[in-house]
Amino acid sequence: MPGLFTWANLVSQMFNGLVLGALLALISSGLTIIYGTLGVLNLAHGAMFMMGGYAGYLAFTATGSYVVAVIAGALFVMIVGVIMERVIIRHFYSRPNEDQLLVTFGLSIVFVELVRFSFGSLSRSVPPPPWGVGVTQLGFMLYPTYRLLVVGIVAVALLVLYVVLYRTRLGMIVRAGIEDAVMVDSLGINVYRVFMIVFGIGAMAAGFAGIVNAPVVSLTPEMGEMIMVQTFVVVVIGGVGSFPGAILGGLIAGQILSITSMINPGYAYVMLFAAMTLVLVLRPSGLMGVRGRD
Amino acid sequence: MTTNSRTASRRDFLRTTALAGAAAATGGGASLFMPLHASAADYPAIGTFPAGSSGNSVFVGLTMPRTGTYAVQGEDELKGAQLAIEHINAGHPLIKAISPKTTKGVLGKEVKSGVADDEAKPNSGVQNISRFITENKAVVMMGGTSSAVAVALNKLAQREKVIFLSAVSGSNDTTGKDCVRYGFRECTYGQTAAQGIGPVLLKEFGKGKKAAYLTPDYTYGHTVQKSMQDFLSKEGGWTMVTNQVCPLGAPDYSSFLLNIANSGAEVFINVNWGHDAVLSIQQAKQFGVLDKQKLVVPYQVPFLAREVGGDLMGGVLASTSYWWQIEDKYPLAKMFNAEFSKKYGYQPEWGAQCCYLQMAMWAAAVEAAGTFYPPEVIKAYEKGTKMDSMVGEVYFRPEDHQLVRPVIIVRGKKVADMKGKEDYWDVMEILPGAPLMQKPDEFGCKLGDYT
Repeated sequence: MPGLFTWANLVSQMFNGLVLGALLALISSGLTIIYGTLGVLNLAHGAMFMMGGYAGYLAFTATGSYVVAVIAGALFVMIVGVIMERVIIRHFYSRPNEDQLLVTFGLSIVFVELVRFSFGSLSRSVPPPPWGVGVTQLGFMLYPTYRLLVVGIVAVALLVLYVVLYRTRLGMIVRAGIEDAVMVDSLGINVYRVFMIVFGIGAMAAGFAGIVNAPVVSLTPEMGEMIMVQTFVVVVIGGVGSFPGAILGGLIAGQILSITSMINPGYAYVMLFAAMTLVLVLRPSGLMGVRGRD
Repeated sequence: MTTNSRTASRRDFLRTTALAGAAAATGGGASLFMPLHASAADYPAIGTFPAGSSGNSVFVGLTMPRTGTYAVQGEDELKGAQLAIEHINAGHPLIKAISPKTTKGVLGKEVKSGVADDEAKPNSGVQNISRFITENKAVVMMGGTSSAVAVALNKLAQREKVIFLSAVSGSNDTTGKDCVRYGFRECTYGQTAAQGIGPVLLKEFGKGKKAAYLTPDYTYGHTVQKSMQDFLSKEGGWTMVTNQVCPLGAPDYSSFLLNIANSGAEVFINVNWGHDAVLSIQQAKQFGVLDKQKLVVPYQVPFLAREVGGDLMGGVLASTSYWWQIEDKYPLAKMFNAEFSKKYGYQPEWGAQCCYLQMAMWAAAVEAAGTFYPPEVIKAYEKGTKMDSMVGEVYFRPEDHQLVRPVIIVRGKKVADMKGKEDYWDVMEILPGAPLMQKPDEFGCKLGDYT
C-alpha cells in the first residue's frame, strides 16, 4: 500500500519495532544464557513464558495488584526452572543433544497441557496497571501507554541481567563457563550449583517477560509456542549463547517485522526467516556469537 | 501358520456361501439366502462401503481444532456433533424434526464416533481422517473450522469416496472452486456474509467510505475480504485504503494495527477469526484504532464477545449463521438451545449449531437413500429436499452442495444493555439465503464424479 509508506508511518513502525524487539530480547536472553552456560537448548522456554503469564494472572485475580502479579509470575517460573534443573535437566548434561531437545520438548508439552487442563482454551486477560492504561500522544503518533512502559520495564530487567552477568562473581563464573566449563570445574568451582542458578535466572527472564507481556496480549496455553519460534530466530541472528547478541537480535527482529509489514504485511514473517537464513550463511555463529561450543 | 490357514479357510467358506446365496437370490430362489443387508449386495464396493456399514454400528470421524488459534470454536463444534450423534442414537424428537425417517441410529445402526485434534492445520486434518478411514472404516467425516482444513478434506473425501461434512468454513472456495461431489457445507460463507451485511453497512455508514481490512493469510481470509470489498466498492463506492494480510495465529498485531491507524480509514473490517480476532480487537483498542474507526466483523466468531470483554463489541455489526436468541422465531432453535445448554451449561454458538445440523441432515440423507452407498446418499442430498431446522426451512443446492439457509445480521450489545450473561448480540435481521448466493458455477465449482 503506497499510502502507508510515509515518513510518519515509518517512524511509528520503527518505534513499534523497538517495543517488539525489547520484549523478544528479554525472552531470548533467558534462552541464550541457559544454552551458553549449560549447553542445553531449552525447548520449554516458550512454555515458561506462558506459565509466567498464567501465574501472574492467578496472582492478579487474587490480589488485583499488577506488581504482585509480576513478582509472582517471575518467581513461580524461577522455582519451576530450579526444580526442573534439579530433578530432570541435570541428568541430561552428559547425554547427547537430541536427548536434551526431546526432554525439554516433552516438558513443554506437559506444561502447556497442564495449563490447558486447569484453565481451558478460552483466553484470559490481565489488564494493565492503572498507571499504564490508555494511549499516549508522542507527537508523531499515538501509542498505547502500557507498551511504552514495557520498553522501560524490559530495559531495566536487561540492565539487571547485564549487571549480574558482567559485574558480579557469579556472572564471571557464568561467562567463564560459557567459554570453557571444564576449566571452570577444574578450578574448584561447583559448576553444577552455578548451572542451577543460571537455569533459574533464565527461566525467570521468560516468566517475567510472560507476565509483563500479558496486558498486551491475551493469555492462551499456546502463546509460548508462537513466541518460541521468534525467540529462536532472535538467538540465531544474535549468536547462540551471547547475551548482547540476544539483545541485538531482538531489536533487529522487531525492526524487520515492523518495517516489512509497512511495505507488505504478508511478508513480515518471511523476511524474519530470510534474515536468519542470511545470517546463517554469512556468519554461522550469529552476529555476536563466539565459536561453537564443544 | 495354523491360525492363518484356518482363517483363510473360514473366509473361503464364507465367500462360497455368499456366492451361493447371491446365485440363489438372482435365480429368484429361496429368500432364505437373501443377504441380511440388501443394500450391501446391491451396490459395488466404494470407499469404506460396504465394510464400514456391515456391522451393527457405523463410525463418524471427527477432526476439530482442540488446540491453537481456533481451539475454543473447535470444542463448541465438537459438542454440537456429539450431541447430534447422541440424539440420533436415541431417536430424539429434535433429530426426528429434521430427519423424519430417523427412528434410532441411522438405518437402524448405532452411530459411533472418534475425534482427533487438527490444530487448524490441513495436514493434521488429513492425517486424522485418513486414520479414521483406514482403521475405523468411517462412513462419513466431519471437520474444518479452518477453511484450509475443509478444502483439504474436500479433496480427501473425493479421492477416498467418503462423504465429508464441513464444520465451520467461511471460504468461498469450499463450495466454490474447490467444491467436490463428496463434500457438503451447511454454514454461511464469504459471499453470503458480504451480500448480507453489505447493505446494512451502507445504511449504517453511508456511501463512499474508506475501509481498512485485517485479513488472515489463507483461503478464508482472502475470499471473505474480496467478497466484502467487491460488494462495498460496487454498491457503495467504498475504497480500500489498506488490506493488512497477517499470518494465522500471529502473536502480535501491533505493526498491522499501526498501519491501519495511519491509513485514514473510517471503517475497520476485521476478517480475523478465533483467538486471532480476540487478540487483534483487544490490541486495536490499545492502539486507539477503535476510537477513530468503526469496527465490523463480517464473519462472526463464536465466543468473541465473551472473550474480548468489556464494551469493545458494543455496537459492532457482524454476520453470522446462528445466534441462540433467534429461538423466538424458530421452534427447533428453542429445542436445540434447551438441549444443548442442559448438557453443556451454555447457549450453543454457531459452530455447534452447524455441526449438529450437518449430522442430522446426513442422517436424513442416508435414511432417504435407504443405504450407506455413498453415491446414493449424495443423490439423496442432491434432491434438494426441504428440511426444517433451527434456522427455518433449508435445502441443499445440487450444483455446489451448499445449503441454502439464512444469514443473520447481529449487532454487539454494550454490557449495560445486556439482559442476561449470554445476551451479547442483538439480532437485527434474518435474511433469506437464496438471494444472497452467487450462481452455482460463478466461483468455478465442478463437483466431480460419483464413483
